[in-house]
Amino acid sequence: MPSFIFYLFALVTLGFGLLVVTARNPVTSALSLASSFVGLAALFISLDAYFIGIIQILVYAGAVMVLFLFIIMLMDIKAEEGKKTNNGALVGGCLLAVLLVLQVIMVSGAFHGERTVAELDTTAAIGKAAGTELPTIANDLREGSLPDTKLMGYALFDRYGFHLQVVGLLLLVGTVGVVMLSKRDTAAKEAGN
Amino acid sequence: MSSPPPILNIVLFLPFLVAVVILCMRRLLKGASVILSVASSITCFICSLMLLGTVERVYPMMDFIHIDGVFDAGILAIVDKQSAGMLFIVTFIGMLVHLFSLGYMKDDEAQPRYFGALSLFMFSMTGIVLAANLFMMFIFWELVGLSSFLLIGHWFHKSSAAEAANKAFLTNRIGDFGFMIGILMLFGVSGSVSFEDLKSSLESGNLHAIAAAHPTFMTIAALGLFMGAVGKSAQMPLHVWLPDAMEGPTPVSALIHAATMVAAGVYMLVRVSFIIAASPLACDIVAGVGGVTALMAALMATQQNDIKRVLAYSTLSQLGYMVMAVGLVAMNPTHAGNADSIGHPGMFHLYTHAFFKALLFLGSGAVIYACHHEQDIWKMGGLRKYMPVTFWTFAIGTAALMGVPGLSGFVSKEGILDVAYGECKWLFTIGVVTAGLTAFYMTRLVVVAFLGKARSEGAKHASEVPLIMLVPLAALAIMSIISAVPSVANGLNALKPVVEHGHEGHTVMIFSLIALVVGAGGGFLLYRNRDSDPVSIKLFANKFYIDEFYAGLIKYGQDRVAWVVNALERIFADGLVARLPAAIVSKMGSQLRVLQCGRLQAYTFLLGAGVLFVIYILVFVLPAPGH
Amino acid sequence: MVTLGHYLVVSGALFALGLAGVIARRNILIIYMCLEMMLSAANLTLVAFSRFHLVDHLPDYGAQALVFFTITVAAAEVAVGLAIIVALFRSRQSVDVDSITKLQG
Repeated sequence: MPSFIFYLFALVTLGFGLLVVTARNPVTSALSLASSFVGLAALFISLDAYFIGIIQILVYAGAVMVLFLFIIMLMDIKAEEGKKTNNGALVGGCLLAVLLVLQVIMVSGAFHGERTVAELDTTAAIGKAAGTELPTIANDLREGSLPDTKLMGYALFDRYGFHLQVVGLLLLVGTVGVVMLSKRDTAAKEAGN
Repeated sequence: MSSPPPILNIVLFLPFLVAVVILCMRRLLKGASVILSVASSITCFICSLMLLGTVERVYPMMDFIHIDGVFDAGILAIVDKQSAGMLFIVTFIGMLVHLFSLGYMKDDEAQPRYFGALSLFMFSMTGIVLAANLFMMFIFWELVGLSSFLLIGHWFHKSSAAEAANKAFLTNRIGDFGFMIGILMLFGVSGSVSFEDLKSSLESGNLHAIAAAHPTFMTIAALGLFMGAVGKSAQMPLHVWLPDAMEGPTPVSALIHAATMVAAGVYMLVRVSFIIAASPLACDIVAGVGGVTALMAALMATQQNDIKRVLAYSTLSQLGYMVMAVGLVAMNPTHAGNADSIGHPGMFHLYTHAFFKALLFLGSGAVIYACHHEQDIWKMGGLRKYMPVTFWTFAIGTAALMGVPGLSGFVSKEGILDVAYGECKWLFTIGVVTAGLTAFYMTRLVVVAFLGKARSEGAKHASEVPLIMLVPLAALAIMSIISAVPSVANGLNALKPVVEHGHEGHTVMIFSLIALVVGAGGGFLLYRNRDSDPVSIKLFANKFYIDEFYAGLIKYGQDRVAWVVNALERIFADGLVARLPAAIVSKMGSQLRVLQCGRLQAYTFLLGAGVLFVIYILVFVLPAPGH
Repeated sequence: MVTLGHYLVVSGALFALGLAGVIARRNILIIYMCLEMMLSAANLTLVAFSRFHLVDHLPDYGAQALVFFTITVAAAEVAVGLAIIVALFRSRQSVDVDSITKLQG
């Protein structure tokens, strides 16, 4: 992968990320976040994680951000713009952010130059990879392409099958929770009337 | 080691089972609990009848605490003449009291609770009687204390009853403390708590060596055990709880505070009399305390107006008699040596006394029941016409207590006076004077309450009590008459002492007859046809001001100690341990309150700063785990 | 060439941006968005490590499965969190965190 593509998408991710933090209009923030996530998804794909990349776009940039926009529109929060920012908090936040970046740079410096994103040697993976148990994965590997989604599915449904069900239950509970949170208010209102 | 006969198991554990069932499920059982309790008491009586005359031995009932070579205290049942006879008394009177209670407590709302506690008492008392070691005896000793507390405080909504229950419990604590010290001292030296081991140890083991080298040790141990008896048998100076315990229902007074539980102290003393006998000083003290209690209680009884209180002081006096007998018998090595074979006068008086005192209490219960809970004898009078059966049984009990020749009390009292005459003349004098006083106040009681004319509306409308209450009275009256007849006494394995009728015997008999005639005659002449008490001795009526003395002692002594303890507590426990750290924490808290500004941004800043700090420490300061 | 360090720095920078936003901003919705951003930054780290830590010449799919679960949980969290924000807005007519000072000691 050419380096400039990485730098491009890294810039997109961080630039829009900065816009999320600085924008005064929440709608701008939300749209910037969506764009930032698209850039992040591209970074995922550059790391040969196609499935995660697509999921990032579908779930985050798609569903979650739409939810955010709904809420922003629903509440009509234009009025917040005029207020001045809290200077102490601004300084504190920037300070912590800089410190964190410094720490990260110092730590990741240890990895610098050690490894690069080399082309995956798919043929070497045949026979050793878990995919050999499934003929389609082995076939894909033999053809020289990385069957990312198949391997992902294999990992999720074979190794982490139970965890997957637990997460499914969590989603159900989350749904019920949201219903309860929204409903209690109306019930209280009815009681008030 | 063989397993115990089933009747032993029944007689010990059936009442316990019944008590647990009743107390746990009294709402569910309601009336059935009463039937259950009465049935269990009858069963126990039958079982104890079957135990009379069986082989004398010790049966292991169940393991309790067993540490190899160090400590062994199981639940062991000792079956001998003393325990079988006592068991008969306990279950017999217990059964009659259960029956009597059916009538007396008919209208009580908390009837199931009453009968549950009664069953619990039967269990505890049986345990004391059968106890083959001091450890087991102590456990059941405390259990009777508990059930006595529950029963005295049965009408706990009445503050006087609740206070009386507390008083009984607390006073007994003092005695039990001494009892425990005595047990521990004996255990510390001999390494065992069972009566058999203690006896053999005293004859040839460690205890023998200690007794020879340090007579004081044995004196203190014996007095420790005696203190337990002082508490439970209400001897001077711990007698104050017994008169107040009359706040409980009258059948309870008859069973617990006249016939059985208060006698447990005497029973225990007879069991350990070999230990008391090992210390001459302890013998003197035991006999002296008994004699003083007998005399002073009798004096107090002469000025009481409450029918139950007269009987309570009379009980105190008679218990003093028994304790005196224990001390006197222990004084003489020849008596103490073969006390088992010839019988113990104290124990024998306990048997006879149990019958006629229970009779008197149940009789007074009948009177109280008939007069609608009127207890003042000056508001009775003329009850002989309205309640003939009660009167005659009461009269029999009174005669037995006074020691009218031919009745059981005469024989047993004679046994004690006989020993006293042989051992110690001044105690003999006290015994005779007490006998005279007994005759006096009992005559006063009967004359005032039953003869003459009715002095209140309640007494005028009194009528005979129902049959269920008369049957126990009649049964006890019969036992009061015949329990001293040799054939019956032997059949019951009662330890009837052999009274040596030499010239001394005649002297004793003459003295006691004189006392009887003077006392009874004086009482009759003084109180016949009187409407109010012609004699008024404040000192006796106020019980020698002992209660007031204790109140003062507590007020001036305990309050001072409490003041000091309070000061110490304020400085150390409250100040250094509680307040100082609290002040530090509070100070720190109010300083750190600034952090709790309630602003989300500040919180997140602190959180982020903390995380960064931890990363800094972990990654940059601490050495990496791999290097 | 692009190394693991590059990805980690990008991820760290994104996380730092999110942190700064959470602390500095007062609009609770934007704080929430910044939280999502921090979560995504962590995901990037995981995926990067998964790619650079080859198991049998293939990326470590255990890490990617963790990313998948993180995204799922984050979606649930967003739903519940937004519901709470809506409830809060209904009661206070504001999304400014300065108006929520009930915890003040």
